[in-house]
Amino acid sequence: MTVSGALAPAAHPVIEIAGVQKVYVMGTNSVFALRGVDLTVRAGELLCIMGSSGSGKSTLMNILGCLDVPTEGRYVLDGVRVDGLSRNALADLRNEKLGFVFQGFNLLARTSAIENVELPLLYDRQRRWTNTRQLAADALKRVGLGDRLDHQPNELSGGQQQRVAIARALVTQPTLLLADEPTGNLDSHMTVEVMALFQDLNAQGITILIVTHEPDVARYAKRIVEVRDGRIIRDQAVAVHRSAADDLLALGAEDPVVVVRPEATAAA
Amino acid sequence: MKQRTLLKIAWQSIAKNTMRTLLTMLGIVIGVAAVIVMVAVGNGAQSQIEASITSLGTDLIVVSPGSSAQGGVSQGAGSFNRLTVADAEKLKSLGTTLAAVSPVISTRQVVIGPAGNWRTSINGVAPDYMTIRDWSAASGDIFIDADVKAARKIAMIGATVAKNLFPGVDAVGAQIQIGHVPFVVSAVLAAKGQNASGADQDDVILVPYTTAQNRLSGNVRLGQILASSFSPNDIAAAQSEITAIMRESHRLDSDTEDDFTVRNQTEIAKAATSTTAVMSGLLAAIASISLLVGGIGIMNIMLVSVTERTREIGIRMAIGARGSDVLTQFLVESVVMSILGGIVGLGVGYAGSMILARFTGWSMAVPVSAVLIAVGFSAGVGVFFGYYPARKAARLNPIEALRYE
Repeated sequence: MTVSGALAPAAHPVIEIAGVQKVYVMGTNSVFALRGVDLTVRAGELLCIMGSSGSGKSTLMNILGCLDVPTEGRYVLDGVRVDGLSRNALADLRNEKLGFVFQGFNLLARTSAIENVELPLLYDRQRRWTNTRQLAADALKRVGLGDRLDHQPNELSGGQQQRVAIARALVTQPTLLLADEPTGNLDSHMTVEVMALFQDLNAQGITILIVTHEPDVARYAKRIVEVRDGRIIRDQAVAVHRSAADDLLALGAEDPVVVVRPEATAAA
Repeated sequence: MKQRTLLKIAWQSIAKNTMRTLLTMLGIVIGVAAVIVMVAVGNGAQSQIEASITSLGTDLIVVSPGSSAQGGVSQGAGSFNRLTVADAEKLKSLGTTLAAVSPVISTRQVVIGPAGNWRTSINGVAPDYMTIRDWSAASGDIFIDADVKAARKIAMIGATVAKNLFPGVDAVGAQIQIGHVPFVVSAVLAAKGQNASGADQDDVILVPYTTAQNRLSGNVRLGQILASSFSPNDIAAAQSEITAIMRESHRLDSDTEDDFTVRNQTEIAKAATSTTAVMSGLLAAIASISLLVGGIGIMNIMLVSVTERTREIGIRMAIGARGSDVLTQFLVESVVMSILGGIVGLGVGYAGSMILARFTGWSMAVPVSAVLIAVGFSAGVGVFFGYYPARKAARLNPIEALRYE
């Protein structure tokens, strides 16, 4: 089974950056990490940013993730002008609009899965969430870990830990899910497993941006953007991309991902 | 973030590192316990000293001879002694605020008893002396005015004298020789212990002042006149009345200075109390140094903790924690730790002072103010020494914190 990557052009933009530069000043030298990047990401995309180390993709990721600010250029995230915001405003924006998935999972040690997932809800300034425990449990069920709520990270496999991290990224219902080398610490089986989950979540309407240097990962995306020397050198939609769920079946899934989704029957 | 959530997060992190938390708290525990014990010791010593001053009689007034000046050089107290028995009798008959008045003639003599000899102070006094000093006889009878009038050779001996001259036997009715004069022991005085300056108040023999004048000292001048007012509140009035009667008795005109001095024990008591207050303040100050050291221990651990948890801080910031959230979290952690340490230290300090009280026999009081100060101070230590590490955490760059290995 293959999935069509065609998107309705009318989908509203989640990310709009224009002329973004990032310059690091080291003594008398100026190092250009980004030399003017333009990129628009629309709702519902599953986008991969590719590039080797030193290409500037991490810097781009940090700027898109509101962890860093561009030296030059414009960044609009879901209608909010990001460049020039204060540290606190950036923190609030990350909490409200973004969900992060990291290479090293970055879960709090000696803290149960449900407590890890609950954490972003607790940092919400507008107090939108009331039943944070229940929301965290729901998010974990959504990534197929409904029976591992009280397990601590060291009691979970790498794939399971990454799924906890994805649940944590999802729990605040972010506009955009950002994944930085999400499969870097996983074996090929778990990689496909996690990608299947991303594809499934994307099919449910979640916009996902993955930064990676692995072509294995990129082939599951609907659109691939390649960065080199601080510039975008390739930006193409993938007309026909692979289905991770099918690959998983082909691998003879020993630990199948059970994704609970409300419209599961309809999608099948 | 809600306050309860903050407390919960801080508590989780404290509970996850039990050993480290306990060791950090130990510094505060020892500091607070030391402060509590030292304050209790200081207070115990203070009340001990106050009690021994009270044993002198707080409404005691002492009239001593004044000083004379020769060619502008003061000759010191007692250089011009004009105190006489007549002065004492006038005070007794004219004083309206005075409950009791007694002349005192002091000399030191060797006393010979059946078990050996003993050099001690001999005080010639009136029966009122016993009232003034709030003293009684352990056995035998206190002499009366008639004995004084007849200048009888009877003696009341202090407990220390009795112990040395009559070890293990009742001295009442026995004969002793003071100087060359034989006396009959009429009473053994109740033990009074040491006075505020550490002198043994029981190493004394009391005889009628008439006998002392005639037989022992041969001096008509008095060493002191002791008096007491009806109540401690009357002391000021009594002092001014004594001054007036004495000036009248010595026929001093208004230009002449007093040739005597009038003092009361409250002044001495005040001086002694302020000395012990300084001492207990000093003890508490020394003890608070250990509290300071405990605080530095907290800062040390929190700094290590911030470094160790750099990645955790990065994660929290990435998912939306503001710098102030991180600051508060670490501050709450250090304050919770130091308050817990303070409370445990309070218990340890209280138990310690009770144990000390049992062994020393001192009355140890832990005042409520000390409790409040100790706990408040330990919370303050938590904030003060927790702030720097917490600020360090709050200022971390999330990108670098996330990359930290």
